[in-house]
This record gives sequence, structure tokens and C-alpha cells, in this order.
Amino acid sequence: MDLSQYLEIFIDETKEHLQTLNDQVLILEAEPENIDTVNEIFRAAHSLKGMAGTMGFKRMQRLTHDMENVFSEIRNGKLNVNADMVDIVFKCLDAIEGYLTCIIETADEGTEDNEELIGLLNDALNDTSEENKQESETKQQEKAEKADEKSDENTEGDKRKYLSVPIADFEKNAMSEAKAKGLNVYAATVYIQESCLLKAARAFLVFKGVEGKGEVIKSVPNAQDIEDERFELDFSMFIVSESPIDEIKNIIESVSEIEEAVIEEFDIPEEVHETVQKVDESKKSDEPKKEVVEKKEEKKAPVKTNNKPVVNRSVRVDIDKLDDLMNLVSELIIAKNGLVSVTGVATTQDQQFNEQIEYLERVTTNLHESVMKTRMVPIESVVNRFPRMIRDLSKKLNKEMELIMTGEDTELDRTVIDEIGDPLMHMLRNAADHGLESTIDRLKIGKPQVGTIRLDAYQDGNNVTIEVSDDGAGIDVEKIKQKAIDKGAITEEQAEYMSEKEAVDLLFQPAFSTAEKISDVSGRGVGLDVVKNKIEGLGGDVEVASKLGEGTTFIVRLPLTLAIIQALMVDVCGEKYALPLNSIVTIEEILPEDIKYVHTKEVINLRGTVIPLVRLNEVLDVEPLEVEDDELNDEGLVVVIVKKGDKQAGLVIDKLLGQQEIVIKPLGKFIHVPRLISGATILGNGEVALIIDSNTLV
Amino acid sequence: MDTNISSVNTKQYIILRFDSEQYGIDISYIDNIVRLQPITRVPHTQSYFLGIINLRGEIIPVMSMRRKFELEDVDNTNLTRILIIKAEGNAKIGILVDEVREVVTLAEEDIEKLTADDTRAYLTGVGKHNDTLISLLNISGLISDIDNE
Repeated sequence: MDLSQYLEIFIDETKEHLQTLNDQVLILEAEPENIDTVNEIFRAAHSLKGMAGTMGFKRMQRLTHDMENVFSEIRNGKLNVNADMVDIVFKCLDAIEGYLTCIIETADEGTEDNEELIGLLNDALNDTSEENKQESETKQQEKAEKADEKSDENTEGDKRKYLSVPIADFEKNAMSEAKAKGLNVYAATVYIQESCLLKAARAFLVFKGVEGKGEVIKSVPNAQDIEDERFELDFSMFIVSESPIDEIKNIIESVSEIEEAVIEEFDIPEEVHETVQKVDESKKSDEPKKEVVEKKEEKKAPVKTNNKPVVNRSVRVDIDKLDDLMNLVSELIIAKNGLVSVTGVATTQDQQFNEQIEYLERVTTNLHESVMKTRMVPIESVVNRFPRMIRDLSKKLNKEMELIMTGEDTELDRTVIDEIGDPLMHMLRNAADHGLESTIDRLKIGKPQVGTIRLDAYQDGNNVTIEVSDDGAGIDVEKIKQKAIDKGAITEEQAEYMSEKEAVDLLFQPAFSTAEKISDVSGRGVGLDVVKNKIEGLGGDVEVASKLGEGTTFIVRLPLTLAIIQALMVDVCGEKYALPLNSIVTIEEILPEDIKYVHTKEVINLRGTVIPLVRLNEVLDVEPLEVEDDELNDEGLVVVIVKKGDKQAGLVIDKLLGQQEIVIKPLGKFIHVPRLISGATILGNGEVALIIDSNTLV
Repeated sequence: MDTNISSVNTKQYIILRFDSEQYGIDISYIDNIVRLQPITRVPHTQSYFLGIINLRGEIIPVMSMRRKFELEDVDNTNLTRILIIKAEGNAKIGILVDEVREVVTLAEEDIEKLTADDTRAYLTGVGKHNDTLISLLNISGLISDIDNE
């Protein structure tokens, strides 16, 4: 049997447990007396150990085992939580994560032994060696009690399911032969914990363990069924071995997630007929008892669910399959648009036909939304590692700070989620390193001693906004300008006329860092430009708002979905283009005499705001239609006002064609596309229209 | 029909026409041949790209073989076709040609290979068919050329 099929589950679960551990240890650090947290940590550490052991990752098992020991001591009140210990535990978690990364990449845990950490853990344990002895005594007592319980259970009899197993002649012969050779014949029924996910894997390990000591003559269900996980929570086996019964029992029960093993020496039935009878009898007598057991289990079940959070019923789906589904939905929307445009020109206006078309439109829109939702993941999966990071930074930078996060349940497309982690992390580091003042400085200027970093996420129409803010010193515009001048990025003259906003935008230039010290926390100024590129690559944008002395806020806007958007269709000299609706502010009609000139550039004054004009036919290189030139000038221009952040621009177009849901398609590999064009879309009549990325024009 | 079909080393070629010259393209590159349809112009792109078309929901860039070979543009006619070429990695590209004539089978001995230092880099060889000469286009060379630009 191959364990690799479980590797994926193992990786997912390990990640989950690590996250739990990180979260809980953070809580523990704040509330060292919180016994619930300790229990939670212990459980997670224990599960980790068990899983690592099952998968044969010995080093990882060893580390988690020692960690579990420490928490076992804490749980029993033998050891007190202190800052040093929390540090050690965090280091262990990092080490485990190291193992995990290694496993994800190579399916092997690597060779790092982490002896040092294990040493530290054991030191922590040895502090309480005295108490340890007492502890082990109590443990033994507990064990004894447990054993008693077990024997109690045993006497109930109904756990010995092997009694109801029919034994064939040849199997009986084999057992007799073994007995004649002086070997022991045992019958065992192994119970696996209800919560166990890898039943077949556990069973496999039981078999492997037992086969090291003897031979499994028979198992019910048979080996193949067990391997395919076609069994409930228990299986029975008959073993021939020379080892004593306790040894076998220990081997079986040492496999993690095994509830218990009921094992005893097996009396070989004398005659076949008798066996059958016996079987019948035991079956009869077992049946009512089985019911009792089942009832018991039913009673147990609700208690268990009370302890655990209710798990959503879910299916794991490969992201590629969702992509396929999304593509099909896109095709459907194109087909629907085709139908709509046909009905538009159809001469016979059949009422019923139109109703059906409208119905179809509703369904496709809903379908699109549903498929989109299946691809949505809460940003929690990205941001939940940040509290830990801020804690580490706080220690490293020797600044007191706290992270407040809101809107972790805000959802984003999976592809966006995968990419957004690094930029966010970078901004948080920036806030911690450059944003917040040192604790002493904060006290001097009368700010609260503990600096606050906030991460707020919320949905805003078709966008998701994530704000990373700090209550630190804010951005010193003059300092940035000076720096830029020093680096030769701008001249002094330019600096003088530069607005605050433009100066702050200098931060996003490559190789720009205003921190006087270079620290290993937030790099060497090769950061914010990368952040900006990445976010723009995802179709979003980032801007900064800062008040000197009060703090800085980075505002990241991301599109909810990448593939299908609402767009305004426009006509530019007879060619059709799509403008994404989310960047459009208003549509205005401008008279030619309203156009003013600033530095020979055309601008308009719209309700007090001066907005530059962009003639789309010029940027797009379209030949103007000859006839209408005069008319246009007389009638005024249609101008679409678009925004990027708080900057605006007016795009001059010829005609508005209406709003439409469009599917973004790439233009293919070979053709070079200017940045101005973000993709193409297929219109209802099969025509292709280009999508204009208005961000490049503002 | 061709008599060489049974021969082992034969390849099928699609014969196209530019002006009066005949060119052949290895049929294994051809995904589709479609009639001329409206081509959406793409601004600021390579000069020999006419634009993009919609082929059953897929956007495909279309280049003009004439412009690539620095021939004069001619008016499109009833015979103008777009050849859809399948490049590596399933990427597709359309080529506008004056006319698609027929499919012929050429045996290896009917093809005269061109040497590498030949100036006509987009040709792999010249085929003889029924006493006419066919210039065989080096499609993969042509495509990797676009790729590298």
C-alpha cells in the first residue's frame, strides 16, 4: 500500500494544525493561565505528532513529540508559561513549517534534525524533573485506571467482534499447526477513533506492525477491502505469533488514532460444525448487544460535536476544474449575448420569445455569480499568519505594537488570493518598521505606548478594498523629495512644483527607501514598486494616504473577479471599444468652447475640477471619419470621465453604445499588445472589440 | 490523384497562392481554413498583424503573409481565406492568403531541400508537382520569428 495518496490530506491538515497552534500560542502568550488554550494546543500538537508518525516523518514526529510533552506538563500545571518558552515553541512551529515545506516540495521531510530545539524543549521539561516523577506516577495511575476501564469494557463482551467471524477449515488447520509449533494464536478486534480521516492508513500501519512480530492469518474485512477503506470503525484479525499478547497489543495501540485493540488468545474451534454453531450463537447473542453499542455511539456522537466546531459540508475541487467551469460560463454568456443581439434585429417581436430570452439572461447572470462564488476564498487564509508575524517583528524591532484586523471574511477570487499575500506582508512590515516610531519616541510625543497597525478589508461594489494603516509618524513629504533629488530622480525645480500626492507616489519608484537604516525587516527599497506591480498585475491599484505625525494608510483595491466584467461599449470613429464600468465616474457632454488649454494640453473644467482630455481616436490611431468632423464640433463631444484613485481624465469618444456584461479574453501569444489594451471580448454578433485599460490613460 | 500515396516518405501540403506564386504548407500545421471575416484592428502592434478575429469563441491574431514578405497589399476577393495555424502549446495564429487551391501529396524525392545558408529563410524547400514548382513554407521558423521579435 502506498502512503503517497494521503500526502495531500496530510499537508492540508498539518497546515491547519500549524495555524491553530500559531493562533493559540499567541493567545497563550497574552493569557498564560488560559487552560482551554493549552488544551487546544495540546490536541493540535498531539494530532501533528500522530500524523507525522503515520506518514513516516520521523524527525518531524520527534520534534512534535517533545513539544507535546512540554504542553502536557503545562496542562498538568507542572510547568508555567513564560516568554522564553513561547519563543521556543514558536521556533518549533517554524521548524515544523520547514519540514512541511520540504515535504510539499519533495515528499520527504529532509535531514534537518533540529537537535538544538529539541534540546531547548527538553531543558524546559527538565526544569520540572522533580515534578516529572510525580507526574509519571500519576500517569501510571491514570494508565491503570484506563486499563481498568478497558477491562470493564471488555467484560461487556460486545467488543470482541472476532467471535462472530466464521473460520474456514484451512484457516483452522493453519492455526492448529501453529499451535503445535508452540506459537500463539491471537484474535483481535481493532477500533479506530471516530475522528480518524486516514482509516486505511492506520489499518495498514496496524498490519505492518503486527506482521513484524508474526503473521496475520485472516482479517475481516479482507486486506483488499481495508486498503480501499471499505470498513467502518473496526476490523478483526487473527494473528499467529511467538510474541506475548501484551506486546502485540502495544504495537497495535501505539498506532495513532487507534481507539483500542481488544485482543485475546484464540481457542481454535474443534470441529467445523461446532464453529458454525458457535458463530450462529455468538451472532445471535451479539446482535442485541451490537445495538447497544450502536446506541452508545449515538449518544457519544452529539457530545463530540459539541466540542468541535461544526464543519461545513464541502467538496475539494481542483482549481483547474473551476477554471474550466468558468470558461464554459463565459461561452454561455457570449452565446446569450448573441441571442440577445439577434432578437434585437428580428422583425417578428414574439412576446413569449422575448420573455424566454430575459429568463435566460437572468439564469446566465446568476450562474456566473454562483460559479464566481465557488472560486471565492475568504482572505482569512492569507491574513491569519499576520498576527504571528507582527509579534515576531515587535520582538525583533523592539517596538511595542498590535495588529487589529477586520473583515477577514471578505472574499476574493482564488487566483487573487494566491498572489496578494506577499504584497500585504510587505506593507505590514513597512508599517511596523518605517511607519511606527520607536516606543520611546512615541512616549515622548504623547502617543499611546503601543503602536497600532490595522488591516481592514471590505467589499466596495465590484471591488475589494484592503487598507493597511498605522498610527505612526506618517510620510514626510520633504524628506522624500530631498531623497529623490539626492538620487537624481527629480530636479529641485520639479520638487518644488510637486504636489504632496506626486511626492508620495515617488515611494513606488524602484529602489526608493526613506528609512535611514537598512534593516532586514523591510528590505532595501526594492519593495513598494514590486508591491505596486503585483497589484496592478491583478487588475487592481494601490495608493497612499498619509498625515505627518498621525500615520499612513495604504489602500489596495482589487477586482472581485478577473474574467467577466460590466463594461460600457463605445464607438470611436466606427470602431467598437469596451471601457470597464468600475473605472467610469460620469459621462458628460462638452461643448467645444469649454475646452481650455494648459501647456498646450486640452482640459475641461468640470464642476470646479480641472480634468485633462484624452482623444481616444488619437491614442488608438484611428482615422477619423471624414464627414462628421464638422458635426462633432457643433454638437459637442461625448466625454467619459474615468478615474484612477482620485485622479480623473476625460476620454473623448464618438458614440455611446450601451452597457454590457463582457468576457475578457487574451489576444493570443503572438501579437504585441500595447498596455492601453487589456484584452478583447466577443460581442453578441460575433464581432471582436478591444477592452481599454483606462488606468493607463489617467 | 497522386500516384505516390503508397510511398512511405510522403507528406501532404496545402497549396496557397500569392499573386502567381504557389506556396505549400505542411498540412499537420493547419487547424482550420476559414473564409474572410471582419478583422478587428489592434493599434500599435506589429505592422504585419492585421488584427484579431473570433473563431468560435477564441480570439486569434491574424497576420498578413503579404506584409510579412514585404509584398504589396491587394484587395481581398472572394477567394481570400484565413489559414488557422496551430503552433506549439496550442497557440493559434491566422494567416491571410489570397487563395487556397488544393491539397497535394509530395514524396520526399519530389522535394528539393534548401541549404541552411539560403537567403529565403522562410522556405524549407521546393516541391515539384505536375510540372509546377511549389515553395514550401517553413512555418515553425516563421512562428518562432514572430515570437522573438
